[in-house]
Amino acid sequence: MIRFAAGRLTSLVISLIVASIVIFAVIEVIPGDPAAFMLGVNARPDTIAALRAEMGLDQPVIQRYFAWVAGMLQGDFGTSWTYKTPVSDLIADRIWVSLPLAIYALALSTLIAFPAGIYAASRRGGAGDTAIMGATQLGVAIPNFWFAMILVLIFAINLRWFSAGGFPGWDNPFQAIKSLTLPAIALALPQAAILARVMRSSLLDMLGEDFIRTARAKGLTQRQALWRHAVRNALIPVLTIIGLQFSFLLAGGIIIEQVFFLPGLGRLIFQSISARDLIVVESVVMLLVFVVIVVNFLVDLAYAAVDPRLRTKS
Amino acid sequence: MSRNLIIGAALTTLFIALAAISFLWTPYDIETLDIPGKLQTPNAAHLLGTDHFGRDILSMIMMGARTSIAVALVAVGIGMGLGIPLGLLAAARHGSLLDELIMRGNDLVFAFPSLVIAILITAVFGASAVNAIIAIGIFNIPVFARLTRGAALPLWERDFILAARVCGKSAARISIEHILPNITNLMIVQGTIQFSLGILAEAALSYIGLGAQPPTASWGRMLADAQTLVSIAPHTALVPGFAILLMVLGLNLMGDGLRDWLDPRIRVVRT
Amino acid sequence: MSLLAIKALSVSIGDAAILHDIDLDMRAGEIVAITGESGSGKSMTALAVMGLLPRGAKAKGQIILDGHDILQTPEPALCKIRGKTVGMVFQEPMTALNPVQTIGAQVAETILIHEKTTKAEANKRAAAMLERVGLKVPPSRYPHELSGGQRQRVVIAMAIALRPKLLIADEPTTALDVTTQARILELLRGLVREFGMGLLIITHDLAVVAEIADKIVVMQKGRVVEVGATQDLLTNMQHPYTKALFAASSHLVQLPVHTGSVQLLSAKHITRDYPLPRKTLLGPRPTFRALDDVSFYIDHGERVGLVGESGSGKSTLTRAILGLEDVQSGEITLDGAPVFTGKKPNLAVRRKMQVVFQDPYSSFNPRHRVDRLITEPFHLLETPPTGQARTDAIAKALTDVGLSPDDAGKYIHEFSGGQRQRIAIARALIIEPELIIFDEAVSALDVSVRAQVLDLIADLCRKRPLAYLFISHDLSVVRTVTDRVLVMQAGKIVEQGETETVLTQPKHPYTQALIAAAPQLPQLKQAV
Repeated sequence: MIRFAAGRLTSLVISLIVASIVIFAVIEVIPGDPAAFMLGVNARPDTIAALRAEMGLDQPVIQRYFAWVAGMLQGDFGTSWTYKTPVSDLIADRIWVSLPLAIYALALSTLIAFPAGIYAASRRGGAGDTAIMGATQLGVAIPNFWFAMILVLIFAINLRWFSAGGFPGWDNPFQAIKSLTLPAIALALPQAAILARVMRSSLLDMLGEDFIRTARAKGLTQRQALWRHAVRNALIPVLTIIGLQFSFLLAGGIIIEQVFFLPGLGRLIFQSISARDLIVVESVVMLLVFVVIVVNFLVDLAYAAVDPRLRTKS
Repeated sequence: MSRNLIIGAALTTLFIALAAISFLWTPYDIETLDIPGKLQTPNAAHLLGTDHFGRDILSMIMMGARTSIAVALVAVGIGMGLGIPLGLLAAARHGSLLDELIMRGNDLVFAFPSLVIAILITAVFGASAVNAIIAIGIFNIPVFARLTRGAALPLWERDFILAARVCGKSAARISIEHILPNITNLMIVQGTIQFSLGILAEAALSYIGLGAQPPTASWGRMLADAQTLVSIAPHTALVPGFAILLMVLGLNLMGDGLRDWLDPRIRVVRT
Repeated sequence: MSLLAIKALSVSIGDAAILHDIDLDMRAGEIVAITGESGSGKSMTALAVMGLLPRGAKAKGQIILDGHDILQTPEPALCKIRGKTVGMVFQEPMTALNPVQTIGAQVAETILIHEKTTKAEANKRAAAMLERVGLKVPPSRYPHELSGGQRQRVVIAMAIALRPKLLIADEPTTALDVTTQARILELLRGLVREFGMGLLIITHDLAVVAEIADKIVVMQKGRVVEVGATQDLLTNMQHPYTKALFAASSHLVQLPVHTGSVQLLSAKHITRDYPLPRKTLLGPRPTFRALDDVSFYIDHGERVGLVGESGSGKSTLTRAILGLEDVQSGEITLDGAPVFTGKKPNLAVRRKMQVVFQDPYSSFNPRHRVDRLITEPFHLLETPPTGQARTDAIAKALTDVGLSPDDAGKYIHEFSGGQRQRIAIARALIIEPELIIFDEAVSALDVSVRAQVLDLIADLCRKRPLAYLFISHDLSVVRTVTDRVLVMQAGKIVEQGETETVLTQPKHPYTQALIAAAPQLPQLKQAV
């Protein structure tokens, strides 16, 4: 287990290093002179010079890269050119919207998908199965941001159960969660549809395995065999999808934030793109990629917890 | 042929036909604005109503179908064109450093959701439909590479591959002669699914302004424009939304139907 | 009263009738063997007794097990019978166990499902049962840590944890090596004696049947064709199918006499190591020695057998001979030229060798037609025949193996397993190689088909001198189709010599153990 974790940790670190190089290259090397790029064609030379100095552009690329990484490791993401505040402060404000939203959506998606998938598999070919599969077919096809608009139309504008957007802050946790609920549902349902389908087909694969027949021969009912033997084995492919989905929820959150006017990383990044504030874009992208890579690492560990073959494979 | 396949193929054909017809004819010119005739609900003159500039929504849907299909198709093409050879190569050199590099590279790309790639490209090069194609296309590469490798590896264990090796055939030749024909069905089915995901991704990128730019019509942009109008003119949001939904639904149904028809054991990946 | 009484059992799936009017009767403490070839319905009969017929199967008749009619018993009550009154052991031990649960938990589950007892108590009994079946590993192990034979013991422990009155074993030893098979059969026999339970064993292997059963049921195409006490049935077979079956099992072929001694293939001091994953993060990679100083030769026109159990290095040796993989040390030459030439194969050497594999279902690309399949070796020729010459070559190859030239346009799925092996032989012969490697080439076939394929091989030897290496775990087959035999164990050739001599007067203890473990068909004069 330790060996397995150490191996995964190594590849986590390598992935992070390569990802940071890619991001750095795209943002700071490809544009040629990022300072001139950020300030546009009409900028005064002394402004450009000031930005160049602040970004350390007079130093060699390699040195700048290491300075950037070293800064991030100490929590220093540089200073935003447009906001004139440290990027870490900007992120710290926004991440408490984006991250809870992604986690909220993932929890909802899993809570809906698992029972639906298991139920559908255990009633294969029945009315319940057909209904769930029909619903997931729609869920998979629906664009989440459009679904979000429909939710706003129904629950905020017509029924007035929720506000149409905005975020009151975490001072009032109940209000905060309430304002994240419609966005989370909009994000979660399409993902839940995918997850339920994967859960169902994975379970059906397992139900065809020899060890299920062995379990039936021991006197387990079909349902007992499903719960005790199929579900845990079926989790292995499902976990992969959950890991991948987290990155989609985080990224998808950026879009949904636009629909609900949530002050999250999405807003920050779009404002930065239009302001050409590359320092902010670079840091936020690195942060998103960091979270995705860490989550995939955790999924790998979860694999090992579910599957003993990974723990002891020599 | 299943019901799924028929319904799916019909829906898909409908949208492809709309896109094709738009090259020759649309009910109205979408570049002419008609402010007095704005926000009409569906009527005889404008079957699907008009938007906030008075443009005919049906015409825009037809032009938007063109954008969606073109972006998604090229993106799937990029994914297949690069992903399948990479997957075949990794499988042929299973266990080698090359295999490891390809798979690690795939993992790395998976850490960059297509939206993040689009953000990076847009930040440096500005927004355009080409960005959307590149962003979605790059993300499709590892999907096909993994799937190809995963399907090819068990085939490499089969005796008929060993027989081909005994006959002195090279790994490249075996990949093309023996592996490729046996994974074609899987690729067709997955390609359909990726096509539908491409439609969704293009709509999302256009919606947040990272995809097609005006005056190019795009379903995602139509929805972005409709967002503030949704309470006064719901049809401006409903029509493009249903267009996306039906097109994606059609492709998914077709994918499932094709799978049942070609080989029910095929497992597609959807994320 | 009988323990199990099957009366007029018929099973159909859709329009296809699978079983017709099966009658069977067995008592407690009795070992009954159902035998027959694939498609005879023997496994379906077992599943019917368990009440585990596949979805959509319709059964008529009666299956009275310990006083209950299984076909009339509702599913919840059946669940109470399964595992408690009747247990079942399956063919494939590698997949029969849940990979994510410990073996102890899986055995304990049988107890917990049927009895109100504590987990600790169930675990204790499970551990005792695992010990009883001769498993020497702790119950906390996971299935993937066990060998096939050990896993089969776990499956048996699960099936007998509650001392059922009837144990059904469906091909319980087919996936195992002969020495393991002998031990598992011994275990089953001991359990029957100790628990006084009935054992219904399903197997295609007549030697196993003859050795273990008190009573034999012979099935063919869903019908019982003959039933009898083992001794009576073996000495006095009535049904022609029974006679044909036994005749085919001990089928002998007449090989033309091999003369001359010009060396064709020579292997000298071959060693092949495979790297294993690292044990520590940065330490050196340990290696596994698959071939250890292996030396042998094959003369032109000579038929050599290679026997050994799984993991003995047979497949590694095959790959090395075929020049597909390099070896660490030693040299393999064919007519004096090395078989392995790095990335670029030496076609002149390769065209002297061909191979026939075990599994007729994975030997062919399902997307190609027969003509393309069997002409694949033409790739080895400098000027492959085209046009009429190609058509003629295909026709000749197919005719030679007893198929029709018209079969060239068909796809492989249109052929039976035996026909596929003929096509595999046609593919091997089409470029008239000097040496053919038969890699367990008849092991997957039913006995009657196997006999035909063996006849075909003998026939081909009569037409032109053909040298081959016949790899098999089945000593009786090796005995009839080879001149000389090599015995492999753990990467080493432990004994080699004239086939007849080695098999009748084995010198090495391993050869002796192999021969002792192989179940023997009694010599049956009237069977022919």
